[in-house]
Amino acid sequence: MQRQRVKFTFPQELITLPIIYELGKQFNIVTNVRRADVTEDRGWVVLELEGDLSEIERGLDWVAAKGVRVDPVQGDLVEG
Amino acid sequence: MPEPTSRSTGFATGLRCRECGRAYPLDPIYVCDFCFGPLEAEYDYEAMRRAVSRESIERGPASMWRYADLLPCNAENAIDIQAGFTPLIRAERLGEELGLRHLYLKNDCANPTWSFKDRVVTVAATKAREFGFQTLACASTGNLANSVSAHAARAGLEAFVFIPSDLERGKVVGSAVYGATLIAVDGSYDDVNRLCSELTGRYPWAFVNVNMRPYYSEGSKTLGYEVAEQLGWRAPDHCIVPLASGSLYVKIWKGLQELAKLWLIDSVHTKMSGAQAAGCSPIVTAWEAGTLNIRPVRPKTIAKSLAIGNPADGYYALRVMAESGGSGAAVADEEVVAGIELLARTEGIFAETAGGVVISGLRRLVEAGRVGRDEVVVAFITGAGLKTQEAVADTLAPPLHIEPTIASFEQALGDRGGFEPQAAKLAS
Repeated sequence: MQRQRVKFTFPQELITLPIIYELGKQFNIVTNVRRADVTEDRGWVVLELEGDLSEIERGLDWVAAKGVRVDPVQGDLVEG
Repeated sequence: MPEPTSRSTGFATGLRCRECGRAYPLDPIYVCDFCFGPLEAEYDYEAMRRAVSRESIERGPASMWRYADLLPCNAENAIDIQAGFTPLIRAERLGEELGLRHLYLKNDCANPTWSFKDRVVTVAATKAREFGFQTLACASTGNLANSVSAHAARAGLEAFVFIPSDLERGKVVGSAVYGATLIAVDGSYDDVNRLCSELTGRYPWAFVNVNMRPYYSEGSKTLGYEVAEQLGWRAPDHCIVPLASGSLYVKIWKGLQELAKLWLIDSVHTKMSGAQAAGCSPIVTAWEAGTLNIRPVRPKTIAKSLAIGNPADGYYALRVMAESGGSGAAVADEEVVAGIELLARTEGIFAETAGGVVISGLRRLVEAGRVGRDEVVVAFITGAGLKTQEAVADTLAPPLHIEPTIASFEQALGDRGGFEPQAAKLAS
C-alpha cells in the first residue's frame, strides 16, 4: 500500500460534484481530507490517498480527466 | 533515513507548520503530518540578539555566510561556493529613465552560477550533508539545476537533476558540466512535478526544494539582510521582486523583519511589490482581484524561470503584499524584452528574463503612482542574461559589416548616422 498527498483544485463547474466520493468508490483508494477551502466559484482540497500505487495513478488520471487540477501538496516542484 | 554527520543548528529551535502551528524537530521533513501545511524554521531570537551585532556580521566572510548565525545550519561545514554578498548598485541612469531619484539594483547575477539560487542551494546542500544525505536532487528548467549541480560537485556529492525532455540543449550544459546525472522526463510539466513528488518518498535523496524546503527557502532571507547592510543598516522604502513560487519575495520580507527583531535596523516600513510575466501571473492576478486565493494557471511566457503555475508560497506572498502596502504588476513578454534591454543599456547589467520582468514591472508601478519618486527603491535582479540570450537575440541591432578599410568603416558609421570622425573634427 502507498500513500500520496495531493491537492485538487476544482473549477467552478465541478465544485458541486462528488468527485472525491467517486474516486474512493470507483478505485480501491482510501481518501482522507486534511484541509480544504471551497467557495461559490472555486475550491481546493488537500488530501491523502492510500492504496496500491497503480490504483492511485489510475484514480488521479481519472480525476484529472474530469477537469480537476491535480498537484503535489507542496505546489510546483519544477523551478527555473 | 541516512545517518547524520555533524549536526549543529545555531539558533534554530525547530520547524513549525505555517497553517496549524504544530511544532516539529529540525528533521528532513517539509509538510505537517496533520494538515499537510508547509513547515518553516523557527529561531531563538533572544539568544540570537545576544550573540549577533552589526560588527560581528561585518567581520564575517564576503559571502552570505556572514549571516550564518541567522540560518538553520552549521556554517563550519558549509558547502560553500561563495554565494551572496553581491553588489548593490546605485542606478542613476535607469532611475532617470523610470523617474526614480533613489533606485538601487541588487545584482544577484554576480553569484557563482549566475543566479540567486546559489543562496538557497548552499543552505539546502549544507543541511542535506548534516542530515547525512549523499545525493542532492531537484527538478528544474535552468538556474536551480545549475546551482544544485555545482554545489554537489564542490562537496563530492552525487546530483540527480530532472528536466523536461524538450528542454533546449543550452540549458542542460550548465548542469552537465559539473558532472550531474540529468534525467530527461518524457511528459508534461505536471507529469515531471508528480514524478518528483513520488520520488522524494522513495529514495534517500535530498530534493533541495522538496524535503529540504524549510531550510532551502531560508537562504533567500540573506538578500534582505544584504540590502539592509549595504544601505548602511536600514531597510529600503520599497522592494520590487520577481515572483515565481513567491518564496523569495516572502523571505526577503522575513529577512528585513528579523533584522529589526534583532535591533540591527530600525522598524521596517518597506513596501514589498512583486512582478510576474502576464503569461504566468497567478499571484498578481489574485492581488488585482483582491483575493488571497490563487487560481493555478498553465504558464505561457518567455520568462521560464518564473513559470510556476501553482506557486507554493503564493498565499503567503499575497499576505506580505497586503501587510506591507506593496503592489503587483504583470508585464507582457514584449515588455520583458524591453526591460532586459533598458537595464543593459542604462546600467551595464545583462539580466535574464526575470530581470526584464522586474524592470518593466517597476516602470508600470511608477507610472501608476504606486512607487514614489523619492522612495529608496531596490529592484532585485536575480539571474544573468547569458542563460536566456534567445529572449533578446532577435531584437538587437546586427553588427556593422565592413571591409577591413577605414573608408568602409567610415561609410558604415555614416550610414548609421550622426558620426563625425575625430580627426576631421580636430582639423576643422
